[in-house]
Amino acid sequence: MVLPEWFAEPGLNHFLVVSAVLFSLGLLAVITRRNIIMVLMGIELILNSANLNFVAFSRYGLLSLEGHMIALFVIIIAAAEAAVALAIVLNIYNRFGSVDVEQISELKE
Amino acid sequence: MALESLIQLSLVTLFLPLAGFLLLIFFGKRMPRQGDWLGTGLVTVAFAISLVILFVQLAAPGPVSAGFTWATFGGIPGIGEVNIELGILIDNLSAVMLVVVMLISMLVHFFSIGYLEGDVRYSRYFAYLGLFTFSMLGIVITHNLLMMYIFWELVGLSSYLLIGHWYEKKSASNAAMKAFIVNRIGDAGMFIGIMIIFVHFSTFSFDAIFGALSAGNLPFESQAWLTAAGILIFCGAIGKSAQFPLHVWLPDAMEGPTPVSALIHAATMVAAGVFMVARLFPLFTADALLVIAYIGAITALLAATIAITQFDIKKVLAWSTISQLGYMVMALGVGAYAAGFMHLVTHAAFKAGLFLGSGAVIYAMHAALHKKHDHDTDAQDIRNMGGLKSRMPVTYWTFLIFTLAISGIPLTSGFLSKDEILAGTLAFSTLSGHWLLPLIAFTVAGMTAFYMFRLFILTFHGEHAQPERLPLINEVPGVMSIPLMVLATLSIFVFYSFNPFGASSGWLFQALERPLSAVPEAVAPATWPVLYEAISRVHTLVMILSIVIAVAGLAFAWLVYQKRAISAEMMAAKMGRLYHGSRNKWYFDEMYEAVFVNGTLALTRISNWFDARIIDGIVNGAGTVTQGVSRISGWIDNTFIDGLVNFLANFTGAIGMRLRRIQTGNIQTYLVFALVGFLVITIVLLTF
Amino acid sequence: MEFQIFGIGILTWIVFLPIVGMLIVLLIPSENKNAIRWTAAGATGLQLLLAVILLGLFDRTALGINDPGSFQFVEQFDWIIVEAVPWVGKIEILYFLGIDGLSILMVLLTALISLIGVISSWSIERMVKGYFALYLLLVTGMMGVFVALDFFLFFIFWEVMLLPMYFLIGIWGGPRREYAAIKFFIYTFVGGVLMLLVMLGLYFSVAYTNGAGEQVHTFNLLHMMNSANFVEGSIFYGMDTTWRYAAWVALFISFAIKVPLFPFHTWLPDAHVEAPTPISVILAGVLLKLGTYGMLRILFPILPDGTVYFMYLMAALGMISIIYGALCAMAQDDFKKLIAYSSISHMGIVMLGMASLTNQGTVGAVLQMFNHGTITAMLFLIVGVLYDRTHKRGLYDFGGIANQMPKYTGIAMVAMFAALGLPGLSGFVSELFSFLGAFSSFRVITIISVSGIIFTAAYILWTIQRVFLGELGDEHKSLTDLTGRELLMFVPLMLIVIFLGVYPGPAIELMNASLSHLVEFVNVAGR
Repeated sequence: MVLPEWFAEPGLNHFLVVSAVLFSLGLLAVITRRNIIMVLMGIELILNSANLNFVAFSRYGLLSLEGHMIALFVIIIAAAEAAVALAIVLNIYNRFGSVDVEQISELKE
Repeated sequence: MALESLIQLSLVTLFLPLAGFLLLIFFGKRMPRQGDWLGTGLVTVAFAISLVILFVQLAAPGPVSAGFTWATFGGIPGIGEVNIELGILIDNLSAVMLVVVMLISMLVHFFSIGYLEGDVRYSRYFAYLGLFTFSMLGIVITHNLLMMYIFWELVGLSSYLLIGHWYEKKSASNAAMKAFIVNRIGDAGMFIGIMIIFVHFSTFSFDAIFGALSAGNLPFESQAWLTAAGILIFCGAIGKSAQFPLHVWLPDAMEGPTPVSALIHAATMVAAGVFMVARLFPLFTADALLVIAYIGAITALLAATIAITQFDIKKVLAWSTISQLGYMVMALGVGAYAAGFMHLVTHAAFKAGLFLGSGAVIYAMHAALHKKHDHDTDAQDIRNMGGLKSRMPVTYWTFLIFTLAISGIPLTSGFLSKDEILAGTLAFSTLSGHWLLPLIAFTVAGMTAFYMFRLFILTFHGEHAQPERLPLINEVPGVMSIPLMVLATLSIFVFYSFNPFGASSGWLFQALERPLSAVPEAVAPATWPVLYEAISRVHTLVMILSIVIAVAGLAFAWLVYQKRAISAEMMAAKMGRLYHGSRNKWYFDEMYEAVFVNGTLALTRISNWFDARIIDGIVNGAGTVTQGVSRISGWIDNTFIDGLVNFLANFTGAIGMRLRRIQTGNIQTYLVFALVGFLVITIVLLTF
Repeated sequence: MEFQIFGIGILTWIVFLPIVGMLIVLLIPSENKNAIRWTAAGATGLQLLLAVILLGLFDRTALGINDPGSFQFVEQFDWIIVEAVPWVGKIEILYFLGIDGLSILMVLLTALISLIGVISSWSIERMVKGYFALYLLLVTGMMGVFVALDFFLFFIFWEVMLLPMYFLIGIWGGPRREYAAIKFFIYTFVGGVLMLLVMLGLYFSVAYTNGAGEQVHTFNLLHMMNSANFVEGSIFYGMDTTWRYAAWVALFISFAIKVPLFPFHTWLPDAHVEAPTPISVILAGVLLKLGTYGMLRILFPILPDGTVYFMYLMAALGMISIIYGALCAMAQDDFKKLIAYSSISHMGIVMLGMASLTNQGTVGAVLQMFNHGTITAMLFLIVGVLYDRTHKRGLYDFGGIANQMPKYTGIAMVAMFAALGLPGLSGFVSELFSFLGAFSSFRVITIISVSGIIFTAAYILWTIQRVFLGELGDEHKSLTDLTGRELLMFVPLMLIVIFLGVYPGPAIELMNASLSHLVEFVNVAGR
């Protein structure tokens, strides 16, 4: 199979590849960024990659509507999580004057 | 009058003085004249009632008694119910004693009004007199051993309080303490005797005990225990009546006010022992009575030998009291029951008189010394007196009558009773062969006449020690001299017997019939008819002898102290050791001090040492040993067990110190670890 | 007999009222000292009121001792029940209260002395709240021991007393208070351990068959008194066995420590000397009685064979305590120590009377327990009064007090002469009956013991002479006589001492039925 052909007929694999890329990017952001906001965005990316997988499996796989539903749940939870996380971040900033994860160390000597 | 009302009357007599005590102790100080009138008045009323009791009882056919249950013990196996009764018994003996006690008590109350005027604890003094009178009456009218013991101790208490009346003086409080403790020794014996009786008979009542004894019931089924019980109970009398060997407290008791000495330590309390022996007479076996007789004889002789050399007017009288008490006890011991008790009565009158007379002398001397601002001269030493006859006529004449009475000169009451005692002892010796008893009795009679007249002459005759002091000495006021006159009147024979040479025909002798012995015949003393017959045989001889001896003693004293024909100093020098022994009371006090007092104190120190060193030593030693063991085990704990634990902890810690490096606390680092781990696992899984 | 207040039995009230008081005391702020004192006074006062009600309703003919039917004011509930334990059967621990002629006087004494102790504690100023809280806990413990009829419950109350006593001596005591408190604690604790051992042994030996046919192991004292309930083959089965004698000795020592009998007595002088006055009063007034009470309640009826076997040992120890205590008392120059040793002497009389196993002896002994409680409480209060004023206790520090403080001296004389055994005061009556009972069982021992009354007279009179008689020292010219509060604590005790001395009949009647039953039971079961 040639490449254009592969592009012409989008199938499950395509979605999975995109999702994998998204996940990797998210993970990279979580691991490498020092700014908490950036870390949070990385997490969002990871979540969305999962959503993509759900929907894709719902379309092509044996899952029917469950995939969609779980994806919706994830979006909602992600929103909530973002709200809570940002609130925490705000507090951290107020307390430490920084959002740098390296500098926020209470338990470490 | 119904006989039952005798009981009520005697209860009234008993409780009037108690009421006086309670009122005076709580309110005495706030009353006018500190309430002396109250105490005296109540006792006077009680005296009047006691006279009524005596007359009714003498006319009555027999004794009356009544009791109430004090404590009950139910359901004792083998015995059933045991009731402990307290109660009253009025017979001739107690009625006579009642009057004696109340009469002396009343007179002493009056005398004290004068003698103790202005005293620091005036109302307290009268309160204690009331307490004493109450307790003494209790002994007299009781119908059981327990109540007798109760009041026995209570008179001890009042005696203690009154001897220690001037307790600021160390000698007074010492004397009070000595009196109480010495009495307690006797009382402990008495208590044991009472226990022997009670444990066997389960009753304290005299009648019940005598009844059971006559029925052949013996304590622990043995005559020896009965004799022992008798002697042990008599121990109480040894203490209270100051018999040898517990006589040492009475002379010291003279630290109390002189009227107290007259009441308690001459006439009544010390006679309680004699009264008790009379009351319990049926209980004593012949052996017990013999012991009693010898104790009495020894006491009489011992005290008389000491009285001869004393110079303190009260001490001479105290020793003479002991001697006379010995006489009474001896009389009871030989079975001359009525004679012994009669001597108690007559002695109560003249000895109380002697003490009150000496009180009057001391009072007058004190007043004179006080006026001269002389605080060094001893107002009680007869060497500082002499020639008082002219200044104190009432005291002089009454004192003379008392002295004649105690010496046993005819026409006095003392002659009557002493004569009967001498006859009794001589009769007893003819029956039993104990010749020592009459010998001692006659010797003491002579000595008594001698030392009493020595005292009398040195006090009232001759020159006064300091002639310029003599005019300052004055006769005592009426409140003090009238009791002396009353007692002097009562020292005449006519009140006891109309025959001046024979007491046995008098009402008193007749009233005091000797009770039948309750002990088994084998150990009983000679019966009264037997003894009486023997007495009749020797009576005339005894009378002549006793008069001769008394007059001889008197005459000897006259020669030595009035005529100065024989020098007393020279006699003393000739006697040498004997004189010093007598002067120092045969060193009894020193001996007791060395043996008993110091012995007890040493014992207390030993037990205290034992307690602190041995017992507590063991306790503390156990503590120290435990501490030592714990220290060793602590060391083991620290070194080995803790060592192991610490090693483990240190080892773990060391590893931890290294491992902690990877714990950065940074989530991102952890994520990298997780990722790497995931990859490694995936690769491993895929590869293999 | 039943008597309930708000549906709760009177004995529970009487035991736990002080605990209620304690809780209230804990809620009051500690600055509010008077409220705390009044609460304590209220709790103990109510307790005394209940005790008096108890006395009024008490049936003096009921036997008690080992007869469950004739105990009075009984409260019995299951407390800890373990069903069907393998090889043991059912386990039963009861909440079982009741009184009989043996305990009624002790209950009364405890309530009375507790209240007087509170009045006497008024002068305590340091850590008032803690003091009264512990004090009230102590009162509950004491009262509980006298009404408990289950060995386990008895033991718990017994140990409950220990802790507050330790702190009361250890915190509010004199200079050597820590030594005294620890000594007291260890002595008593050793006794407690011995008691625990015997208690467990008895527990495993005793089982009764209940209505449902189950075999039930129980701590019920009344079941332990029935020899038929001992399981065959168990450690204490049978009569006159070595194990039973050993148990008797262990239990005897545990009680003898509390009495205290020679040679287990040395904690007492130290504890008394260091304890504050009210605690000395409690100690002498009530605590010492627990030992002899325990013997009569537990030791005698449960191990009658040992009791009869060791009769002479008990009497001999009693005799030694009488004489030795009196001799040691004479050697003291500390007023409090003297009274402490006199307590040993007087409790020896209790022991002697009890050991006789006769009616009079036992009645005399229990009466002596009561009388010693009142008399010695008075004596300690007397020392306390002087100590409050002068902070001195030495017998040679005083002299001539009689002139300065007449009321005080009068009361002191009554107490002293009562202790001396003067007729007309209560001490005499109980000594009389103890000795009378003892004499019918042991002649020689009693005769020797009687000589102790001479030493008693000696040390008491010597004390009176040194403290009250003689010349008044200049430093004591400013001493004041008793205050109203002090009179309030002396007068009731004095009235009791005089009343029981003049007419002991009612008190004897109160306990005679129970005690004669006890004596008969022990004599029959033990021989």
